[in-house]
Amino acid sequence: MSVAVSRAGDAAAPIANPAARALMRRHRLRWWEALPWLAGIAFYFAFPDYLSFGCDLIVTILFALSLDLALGYAGIITLGHAAFFGTGAYAVGMLASYNVWTEPITALLLAALAAAVIGFLSGLVLLRTAGLTLLMLTLCTMALLEQAANMGHAYTGGFDGLPSLPIAPVFGVFEFNPLYADTQYLFALGVLFACFVFVRTLVYSPFGQSLTGIRENILRMHAIGSPVRRRVLVCYTISAALAGIAGGLWAQTNAYVNLSALGLDRAATVLIVLILGGYGRLYGAFIGAVIYLALEHFLAQIYPTAWQLGLGLLLVLIALFARGGILGLGEALWRRYGGKLSQRRRDGPTAP
Amino acid sequence: MNAVADIAGIVLGGLAAGTVLFIVSVGLSVTMGLMGFVNLAHGAFAMFGGYLIVLAMNRAQYGFAAALALGFFGTAALSVVLERFLYRRLYRAGELDQVLFTIGLIFIFIAGITIVIGPEHQTLQLPAALSGQLNLGFIAYRTYSIFLIVIGFLIALGIWLTFERTRIGGQIRATVDNRRMAESLGIDVDRLFTITFAFGSGMAGLGGGLGAEFLGLDPQYPLEYLVYFLIVVSVGGLGSVIGVYYAALILGVLNFALTLYLPKGGTIFIYALTILMLLARPRGLSGRKEQ
Amino acid sequence: MSKRMIAALAALAVSGGAPGAASAQEVKIGLILPYTGPGAELSPNMDRAIDLYQKLDAAQIKPFKLTIIKRDSKAPNGAAAKVDTQELLTQEKVDVIAGYIYSPDAIASAPVITAGKRLAVIMNAGTAFITNLSPYYVRTSFTLWQSSYVMGEQAAKYLHAKTAVVAYTDYPPGKDALDAFKYAFEHNGGKVIDAIPAGGPGATPDFTPFFQRAKDEHPNVLFVFVPAGDQATAVVKTYAALGMKAAGIQLTGTGDIVPDNMLQGMGDSAIGLITVHHYNADLDNPQNKAFIAAWKKAYGADATPDFTSVGAWDGIAAIVHALHATKGKIDDGAAAVKSLEGWKFASPQGPIEIDPQTRDIVMNEYLDQVYKGSDGKLHEKVLATFHNVKDQCKALAIGPCAPKK
Repeated sequence: MSVAVSRAGDAAAPIANPAARALMRRHRLRWWEALPWLAGIAFYFAFPDYLSFGCDLIVTILFALSLDLALGYAGIITLGHAAFFGTGAYAVGMLASYNVWTEPITALLLAALAAAVIGFLSGLVLLRTAGLTLLMLTLCTMALLEQAANMGHAYTGGFDGLPSLPIAPVFGVFEFNPLYADTQYLFALGVLFACFVFVRTLVYSPFGQSLTGIRENILRMHAIGSPVRRRVLVCYTISAALAGIAGGLWAQTNAYVNLSALGLDRAATVLIVLILGGYGRLYGAFIGAVIYLALEHFLAQIYPTAWQLGLGLLLVLIALFARGGILGLGEALWRRYGGKLSQRRRDGPTAP
Repeated sequence: MNAVADIAGIVLGGLAAGTVLFIVSVGLSVTMGLMGFVNLAHGAFAMFGGYLIVLAMNRAQYGFAAALALGFFGTAALSVVLERFLYRRLYRAGELDQVLFTIGLIFIFIAGITIVIGPEHQTLQLPAALSGQLNLGFIAYRTYSIFLIVIGFLIALGIWLTFERTRIGGQIRATVDNRRMAESLGIDVDRLFTITFAFGSGMAGLGGGLGAEFLGLDPQYPLEYLVYFLIVVSVGGLGSVIGVYYAALILGVLNFALTLYLPKGGTIFIYALTILMLLARPRGLSGRKEQ
Repeated sequence: MSKRMIAALAALAVSGGAPGAASAQEVKIGLILPYTGPGAELSPNMDRAIDLYQKLDAAQIKPFKLTIIKRDSKAPNGAAAKVDTQELLTQEKVDVIAGYIYSPDAIASAPVITAGKRLAVIMNAGTAFITNLSPYYVRTSFTLWQSSYVMGEQAAKYLHAKTAVVAYTDYPPGKDALDAFKYAFEHNGGKVIDAIPAGGPGATPDFTPFFQRAKDEHPNVLFVFVPAGDQATAVVKTYAALGMKAAGIQLTGTGDIVPDNMLQGMGDSAIGLITVHHYNADLDNPQNKAFIAAWKKAYGADATPDFTSVGAWDGIAAIVHALHATKGKIDDGAAAVKSLEGWKFASPQGPIEIDPQTRDIVMNEYLDQVYKGSDGKLHEKVLATFHNVKDQCKALAIGPCAPKK
């Protein structure tokens, strides 16, 4: 990976080819990329009573972003991504619960490391397969971890989990607030920002471009001598590490960890969030998480018994009428009505 | 004598558990193999059929056989409607769009059943002839388990004969193996899919009712058992009826034996067995089609 | 209380509806229950009990007016319950929190409850140590230690069993049930020869291999804990289908394996089962008679409340008591909790009390047996009553309830 990233410097040399210039322009910052972060800060001031929900939202965005790297960029279809989320959550949770390590930022790095190890080892074996087989292998691996956490209930707390985790103040100053979750929210937003900058840099690097190539046409990538399997494994490991950070952040902001960190529920939800928002697009994770979680949260407040109906209808309608998720729909509408920008090649999964 | 009874108990218990999974999952295998459609909502059809069967018996005083027939045909009819109006639009979509669509359908089914029928679970009352124990000579065993094993075998045999001996079976096999070639030979793949989809969903509905004695029946059913259905299909191999039958029975018996002797392992065995079998045979037992 | 309730019932029968509420001090109760997901089937029983209490005991509630804000705790993992708790406290500014069917929901919410400084009444969640997690928790439901401990004792004393096999759902309540049964049974001369974890709390496992194993071990009793719901029906059916009764193995359990509202669906397989629980719908006391009659009148002749309904009923009664005791200042959580310490109440389940030390319920446990009545329906008869049973986990300070070092 380090090799691939360092080559990014070469790409800065002046290039005359207009297609290459267009490709290069894609990774430039655009004005609207500031919007999510402004919205995130505005949310803090506008909805002080909803910051617990806000933390869940940020954790889900980060988790979906990690999945996007594996699924949207490397084309690895997995139903077991919560294995890494859970590994990160339990790493942070068990270290805190037994008072071994409670400093939040370094704990997240440990969570990333633990999840990366699991991701690398499982990827080494599982990524030889594809399609339904890969889907089931990732799912079963996650289920094994979940069952292991249940069997080790003396240490993990099992189904009930580890309650009331002590988390040290951020930078030794800012205490977590159990009622209003304001510190947690800003901390989570900061972590998300740092991770996002990393992912954005990564996907526009030559390494990220080669991943897109693998997703779009794996045979051709083999043919041009790209080390396909190694790159996919590296990507999977990075994706696992990010999922581990998301899990650790979840454990910290909630001050507990339990089996739900590892379950199919979580893995399936993040997959739905990402498809709903639009995968392979970076911002799909944001859109999907906000729409899905907000709809779920507020529908459930109004119709505690029937909110699943509304959510189900949304998913069915998006699947039927908006290929590529909400961002895909937005891009299609933009191309149709947005005038001149229609020629710009987009970085979507259906790109030729 | 005692050892014989022990082994027979394990085999019968495992076969019965496997048979339930086979009946529910076989339709999923065929539709996924035939059209490559990732129908995660398959369990919702099983639940729908199960509710039809149990409610027909409990509220409308249907007999067991009549209720099973109602469950099969009612579910098949519903699936044709959904296939014509919704599924069909997504045949050429990516598998992830299909995942989104079918998960959405699951939510709609769960909410629908909860609103219309209620969140409580439904209990199947077996006819007297099928409850209790049957003496097989060397062992007395749960009558209903033996009934299920026999029914499952007849269904597997029937589907296999249809696949191997009839025209439509040949068309299905040809389409599973190479869809483009089949289409260019003049096989009406859309019609074929409607038929198999209806049949597969009907089987799921039947399985929802037949399996309610073991799996129970409540609005969470489509999510609770989804993993098991997918395991059986992936281990068996897409599009292969016999592969799914063997996979269900082998997993059923092995899991039963391991659970009996090592109950502390919990549900670990089913997942570990699946991983081992898929690593050994990534295309499933039948190895019929590139997945 | 009972007279007032019967009078209210009579008034209800005459007027046929809820009495009109006068302008009164509004008290907001945030009710957190799983309205979707695996626990969804338990919520209506509790909702109905809460509605019924407000109708029947409207006079008792005056001059206050209860406003109940319902929130869905969704999957039993604590995540949604915690966010619900926070928003009910900060946004809806509720005076009291109530509900919590699953233990993880109450466990995850504990720090929020402590920070929010409001009374929180646990109406179902049963893991023993939960009340230690926040000084504002008061429990009106049960712990598994209460029923399973008595069952273990009586398996030895009443059933004269020497050996037992335990099959339990592999999550904390199941482990509590196992520990409590084993502790009591073995302290009374019995021996637990095998403990079989039988699947998780979600999907119903195939109980055949577990029970086959138990049958091969020839114990005197098989003690089973599974969460009340479709697993209970599967347990009773599998026990019957494997011919374990004929093999001389008595099925026993907590009342969770014969929940009142599912008893009729189990059929004759359930006859003869012996369980210990703090409630069954056939209990013979005036409060329960009135409760059952009102329930059937309100929700239909086939409807039956169960132990979850009683947990909710007692929980609302506790809130109403605290409301009067604090003269409406129930939003002072410490005062509200204090007013409930040692509170006594004539519940449909018999007399109950809140233990002033642990804020946990103290109540009767009943040794019950299922039989077929002359009406052709299944009923439970009380073989023996055990008074003022405390949570033995905390009383003995063992296992997860041992003081932390």
